[in-house]
Amino acid sequence: MLMNGVPVGGLSHPLEWMVKTMPDIAVLIKRVPDTIAKIIVVDGTIDLSGVKWIISPYDEYAIESALQHREATGGSVTAITLGNADCDKTLKDAKALGCDELVRLWQDGWESLDSNGVQSILAGAISDLGSEIVYCGKAAADTNAGSTGPGVAEKLGWASISNVVSVSFEEGGVEALVPVAGGQAKVGINFPCLLTIDKGPNEPRRPNVRGIMMARKAEVNLKGGQAPAATISVISKSTPPAKPPGKTYHGAENVPAVVQALRDEANVI
Amino acid sequence: MSNVIIAETKDGTIHPGTAELVTAAGALGGSIIIVVAAGDDSSAAAAAEISGVERVIALVGDCFATYDASSWASAIDSVSPAGNLLLSASADGKDLGARLAARRSISVVQNVIAIEDGNVTYPVYSGKAHETAALSGDAVITVRANTFAPAPGGGQADIGIVNQSADVATAVREMLAKASERLDVAEANIIISGGRGMGSPDNFSQLEEIADVLGAAVGASRAAVDTWEEIPHSMQVGQTGKTVNPSLYIAVGISGAIQHLAGMRTSKYIVAINKDPEAPIFKHADYGIVATWEEVLPTLKSELQSLLA
Ligand SMILES: Cc1cc2nc3c(=O)[nH]c(=O)nc-3n(C[C@H](O)[C@H](O)[C@H](O)COP(=O)(O)OP(=O)(O)OC[C@H]3O[C@@H](n4cnc5c(N)ncnc54)[C@H](O)[C@@H]3O)c2cc1C
Ligand SMILES: Nc1ncnc2c1ncn2[C@@H]1O[C@H](COP(=O)(O)O)[C@@H](O)[C@H]1O
Repeated sequence: MLMNGVPVGGLSHPLEWMVKTMPDIAVLIKRVPDTIAKIIVVDGTIDLSGVKWIISPYDEYAIESALQHREATGGSVTAITLGNADCDKTLKDAKALGCDELVRLWQDGWESLDSNGVQSILAGAISDLGSEIVYCGKAAADTNAGSTGPGVAEKLGWASISNVVSVSFEEGGVEALVPVAGGQAKVGINFPCLLTIDKGPNEPRRPNVRGIMMARKAEVNLKGGQAPAATISVISKSTPPAKPPGKTYHGAENVPAVVQALRDEANVI
Repeated sequence: MSNVIIAETKDGTIHPGTAELVTAAGALGGSIIIVVAAGDDSSAAAAAEISGVERVIALVGDCFATYDASSWASAIDSVSPAGNLLLSASADGKDLGARLAARRSISVVQNVIAIEDGNVTYPVYSGKAHETAALSGDAVITVRANTFAPAPGGGQADIGIVNQSADVATAVREMLAKASERLDVAEANIIISGGRGMGSPDNFSQLEEIADVLGAAVGASRAAVDTWEEIPHSMQVGQTGKTVNPSLYIAVGISGAIQHLAGMRTSKYIVAINKDPEAPIFKHADYGIVATWEEVLPTLKSELQSLLA
């Protein structure tokens, strides 16, 4: 059966999957400040030395999808991060959850990459690994951008689906559930492909004691690579302008006054 | 330098944010071209009427039947001249923008809220800070809704229609309609959200009635979504829900936790209704009403009805 020229049911090359049915799965994870950390700007910069660091929340959902994929079809899950030596801890946290291999991408001079640089390095590493499916977060908690997934897919020449809330696993591809105007859609996609993962019904698992023990001994595979020069540079950070203090009314009898203010002062209704 | 705006369409009309993108492009300087994705005569004509636009390219093709990131990026890339590309920071706009930038090996900057002297400013850390960056060379910029004033009408740009398609790599197999045909919080200009303080999911019907009067969407806190099965995650506003930027956000029975604020703090005006005068939401509200929703909502509805009737 064909829909939009795409085989539905996921089997594009039957002979190929008979030889190799277990996909190489990759998951992109990023180390970010805890989302409840105080972010204070002083003289145009942010001092992050005191914050607690975590795996970006949507990346935990991405790891969960990758692990469920392996549990459904076999294969192996490689966690990849681009970052300095501090990120080894982030990778080991992913190992404790059940990821198989850990890859960290870093070399001197990568401190101020732009989106194009980050995506080029990640895409290069994925193609070296020979992954067939890549999971990543829908947006990182520091940048809030949502650029990396679709950008990496484009650099690889792969199909992708963004903001996926749940995945079912098939031979040669997956079916993703995504929000669309008016509801949700089930969308089929064949390997190789990339999915960016949103919070969905499956809560990410927590590490168990065995996982934590295994992670201690885990090896991190360090790789360098080629990155294009940045064409955007951050020149300053600032504190968002404070809002003028609001008005507080005590008691429901003030509702008409608030409605009037929304019309006359705020002009929003 | 030229600026190419990629306009989204819905049911033959261009996204209302397109005129805001024209203002943003004007701040960058240079000529302005609009590419209307999945365009037709009427959406192209609407784009051509925005003042300051030099040319409109209505892009048609088989691949535009449903959204597919890779084929859309390929088709749009091939008809868009070199220059900055501007899109609205919607879910599809951000996805497509990232792909277009990667395709051209240029940088992408998402969620832009200000453009000055060629520098762009955007929120980071869920709005806890702003970052300003200098651009050297062309970039893809996605712009937050409701931050730039829409450019006025009265323009008369030339329209060209281009047929360009590309291979679609994803297949929509099934559409699951939303239980209710309500407006999505990500698209709404006014949002009324309920939290755990609503007491039960049935009480959300009171929020829906007010939403109907205002043409608003109904949102929810995570506590509401997690507590009641009837409140779907698609309604959740916040760090692990949707980031919204409406002109009016009404929070009812929501305490104002930092993760909720992360999704709505940039709303132009915030109204908080909460029985606890110490609730943190009041620190962020332009108008706070300390009272129970049981007391407030019936009057709010009738006041709005008489004002908007
Ligand atoms: C990693 C992480 C991510 C999270 N992401 C999100 C997110 O995306 N979105 C989100 O919202 N939260 C998120 N949270 C949860 C967040 O921390 C809060 O727990 C949540 O926002 C609280 O929801 P609430 O305000 O509805 O409930 P509560 O905190 O229980 O507040 C209920 C409020 O209702 C008021 N109230 C009670 N009865 C009435 C009445 N009759 N009339 C008027 N007021 C009344 C109370 O005074 C109280 O202020 C996240 C938390 C974590 C750890
Ligand atoms: N430095 C990085 N290393 C690995 N993965 C990353 C990195 N930056 C971003 N990602 C992935 O891309 C997602 C989206 O990031 P962003 O485009 O910055 O919002 C994140 O949730 C991660 O899954």
